[in-house]
Amino acid sequence: MVEVTLWSGLKSFTGGQQTVEVEAKNVGELLEALADKYPALQPTIEAGVSVAVDGKIIASSLTEPINADSEVFLLQQLKGG
Amino acid sequence: MSMIHVTTNVNGDDVEFLCDPRETLLDVLRDKLALTGTKEGCGTGDCGACSVTVDDRLVCSCLMLGAEAEGKSVTTVEGIADGENLHPLQEKFIEYAALQCGICTPGILVATKALLEKNPDPTETQVRYWLAGNLCRCTGYDKIIRAVMDTAADMRKAS
Amino acid sequence: MAMDHDKTNGFKVVGTRPNRPDGVDKVTGRAKFGADAYAPGMLHAAIVRSPHAHARILSIDTSKAEALSSVKAVVTRADFAEGLTGENWNILENVMAGDTALYDGHAVAAVAATTPLAARDAAKLIKVEYEPMPHVTDVDKAMAADAPIIRAGAADSSVPSGLHANVVRYHESGHGDVATGFDEADVVIEDSFKTEATHQGYIEPHACLAQLGPDGKGEVWCCTQGHFNVQKVCAALLGTDSSQLRVTASEIGGGFGGKTVVFIEPVALALSRKASRSVKLVMSRSEVFRATGPTASTSMDIKIGMTREGRITAAEGIFRLQGGAFPGAPMEFTAMCAFAPYDLNNVRQIGYDVLSNRPKQAAYRAPGSPMAAFAVESVVDELCKKLGLDPLEVRLMNASKEGTKASYGPRFDRIGLVETLEAARDHPHYSAPLAEGQGRGVSCGFWFNHGGETSVSLALSEDGTAALSVGTPDIGGSRAALGQMVAEELGIPYEKIRTTIADTATLGYNEISHGSRVTYASGLAAIKASRDAVQKLCARAAAKWGIDEEAVVWEDGYAKPSGPNAGSFEPISLAEIASTMGQTGGPIAGHFEATPEGAGVSFATHIVDAEVDDETGQTKVVRYTVVQDAGKAIHPTYVEGQFQGGAAQGIGWALNEEYIYGEDGRLQNSIFLDYRIPVASDLPMIDTVIVEVPNPGHPYGVRGVGETSICPPLAAIANAVSNAAGVRLKHLPMSPPRIREALDQQANG
Repeated sequence: MVEVTLWSGLKSFTGGQQTVEVEAKNVGELLEALADKYPALQPTIEAGVSVAVDGKIIASSLTEPINADSEVFLLQQLKGG
Repeated sequence: MSMIHVTTNVNGDDVEFLCDPRETLLDVLRDKLALTGTKEGCGTGDCGACSVTVDDRLVCSCLMLGAEAEGKSVTTVEGIADGENLHPLQEKFIEYAALQCGICTPGILVATKALLEKNPDPTETQVRYWLAGNLCRCTGYDKIIRAVMDTAADMRKAS
Repeated sequence: MAMDHDKTNGFKVVGTRPNRPDGVDKVTGRAKFGADAYAPGMLHAAIVRSPHAHARILSIDTSKAEALSSVKAVVTRADFAEGLTGENWNILENVMAGDTALYDGHAVAAVAATTPLAARDAAKLIKVEYEPMPHVTDVDKAMAADAPIIRAGAADSSVPSGLHANVVRYHESGHGDVATGFDEADVVIEDSFKTEATHQGYIEPHACLAQLGPDGKGEVWCCTQGHFNVQKVCAALLGTDSSQLRVTASEIGGGFGGKTVVFIEPVALALSRKASRSVKLVMSRSEVFRATGPTASTSMDIKIGMTREGRITAAEGIFRLQGGAFPGAPMEFTAMCAFAPYDLNNVRQIGYDVLSNRPKQAAYRAPGSPMAAFAVESVVDELCKKLGLDPLEVRLMNASKEGTKASYGPRFDRIGLVETLEAARDHPHYSAPLAEGQGRGVSCGFWFNHGGETSVSLALSEDGTAALSVGTPDIGGSRAALGQMVAEELGIPYEKIRTTIADTATLGYNEISHGSRVTYASGLAAIKASRDAVQKLCARAAAKWGIDEEAVVWEDGYAKPSGPNAGSFEPISLAEIASTMGQTGGPIAGHFEATPEGAGVSFATHIVDAEVDDETGQTKVVRYTVVQDAGKAIHPTYVEGQFQGGAAQGIGWALNEEYIYGEDGRLQNSIFLDYRIPVASDLPMIDTVIVEVPNPGHPYGVRGVGETSICPPLAAIANAVSNAAGVRLKHLPMSPPRIREALDQQANG
């Protein structure tokens, strides 16, 4: 299981939890598993999110691997000027 | 609307064109004479991207009518280099990275050349005030001012 | 030859300062920008725009315009695709209004005619009947209970119940417990700040030349930061296939985020489709101000607690951003960047994205971050003052470093904030004496940077030269930097490489030139494509020598046997291999297609000296130093240029630039005379220090440098003004009237 920390604004979609656990080996699986387990997160995930894995911010690549002991954060999607 | 027939000289070439009385010199240079080096940034004389000299006087070509060019001598950025030999200002602007996007560069080169012809030994403050009518959004002006000061020094040495 | 290795020293070309490949074109007037393209038989277009801040469109009568012989096409919303959803719908709604004009300057119709003057005349003959509606342009007023609803149902699921319908997105993040943290503080300061909207202010107005035939095939030439995005958006808005539209990026006369957005290309294509002729569309300056992306304006509350020693115990920020009549104000970045420079146990940030009757905001250099830095760094400075502490030492004491849990969540990888602070502290500027009436300010700034989809191609020529094609428009000298990286890898001179911005038909998809991503991502791609080509070069040498490919190494432009065991052969140069490539297996090209992740965040510290004329309220910046982490500076002069340009834009934002709306909701200063950006006589030289803390996510350690430089100036100048004039300005810009008002208020106690 991978522990994922959400931004606190998402707590209302996970029954008040800011840290949740899902089964995933990469970013794509993680996002799918999150949306499966917490359907209320689906619109946010569909709108676009970034995922930080052990400090590295993954803006789009779904194939980026995740280990069971990785530190994983969901972040709002990053863009720039 | 009837067109006005204008005979003038641009960068040493005698040219003729027909223009609408409302068309600016900038419109004419770009759309009738295919001299697109002169840029339109504002159309109100605030940005200086359209700077040209008319009878050696520095003007914003967006503020002058095409019809007013009758019998004048106009120099644009395309007329600064001597054939394939760049003007020292042009060389120095490249060397100093005094341009980024380059849209203001033609106007700044025309304006600066006019300054150095008037005053070959300007102070930094004089250069900054002379160029205050030429907006640059990329560089913060630092490298432009340095390039101008160094060109002026080189040209003084050479003359 | 392995493709994956990092190179941190022994550079031959990287770190040098060669001339830019577009230099001669740009000093001679030959460079072709957006408005510099002409096509046989082309028409000129003009757009009809709403004079109202908010109005129902009752009818559009185009008959008088269409009756003119010079007019060849008129389009309204009915000429675009129907049934769009999500962001495509938002873009279309902004490109051409539907049933409601949402801001002063909103496009309502467009006309194509035989000359620019004819098009402008015809536009005046298009009669639009409006029914004005109540409007709001201020962010706080737009959130108030009595504010008119700009678009019902626009809020997404993130917005908690009970907020005004104009609040369309909500963000909340942080960690620890701020209440406990504030209890641990010796001093807590809480204050509110506002910043006005500013425009990117690129000197080149948006311009395009477009053609779309009845067969659905089209061509677009335009000034854009991302032509692949133009292709995708235009295809959606016109209901045609992406691959049938070929988009070529012109030279771009400044973007700064403002040309990441599509405004006029779909309009020109729609007119062209109707008229069956090419259509050129060039915005006026006033259209640029009224209808293209300014930044969001903000209203912010900051609360920070500090111990007597200078340790920050807790920080909290509320950030309200209006981004015009569409969702998308970058409030999450404002929130996430706000406290990023600080190692905090207790931090909480909240963001609101608010609709108002203003143009759709667009990204502007580190979107959202400079405003946050202004508010946060002002409060940090006040705390330092109150506690009698040195502002740089306090920042050093609290600075984020590798392993710090960032205010926005994850732990930082290798970062260079401490290095920039130390370099600033040790810089002669920081200890130089100040003249009477001058004040010094410092500030830190942070930006994430970005990678993004990237595709490049590197073709070798038979004469031993190379052509690099990239899909990221060059907005800051990237063709030079990319060429340098290829030269470094191939071992041939920089001058032997030509870098071209290829059109959309030539390469795979490339994300926009944004997020300071080009030198990072296209650079990484250019290195990998070079290594791909080198691998093929080594294979040709191996085949010639009859040895294993692995036994060949590439050094300084030559294939060589890897050691005595590989055999004894004379090294073969790139040019020699390339000269026979057609006969030894075919053309040699290197490729890279991927989405590099690992852009590496970036920090800066700025020092500024300012003096305030207390009679006029005018502020003059007298000395300025930028210290920023570039990871690895490929072309140091162009890195300096980014630092200086960002600082200058920040100075304008801090002191003078603002969108001014009248009671009628119309923009009052839509020309450069009234929206005054810094001119040469306003600024001093801008000193730069390039700090290099390598980014582990790039083979040479590159971090993007384009955006972070605009983050610190707003606060650094506010802090300098506070020290010079003895008043704390909490509303940007610190224009003469605002400074005068603050001085008067202080004098009257």
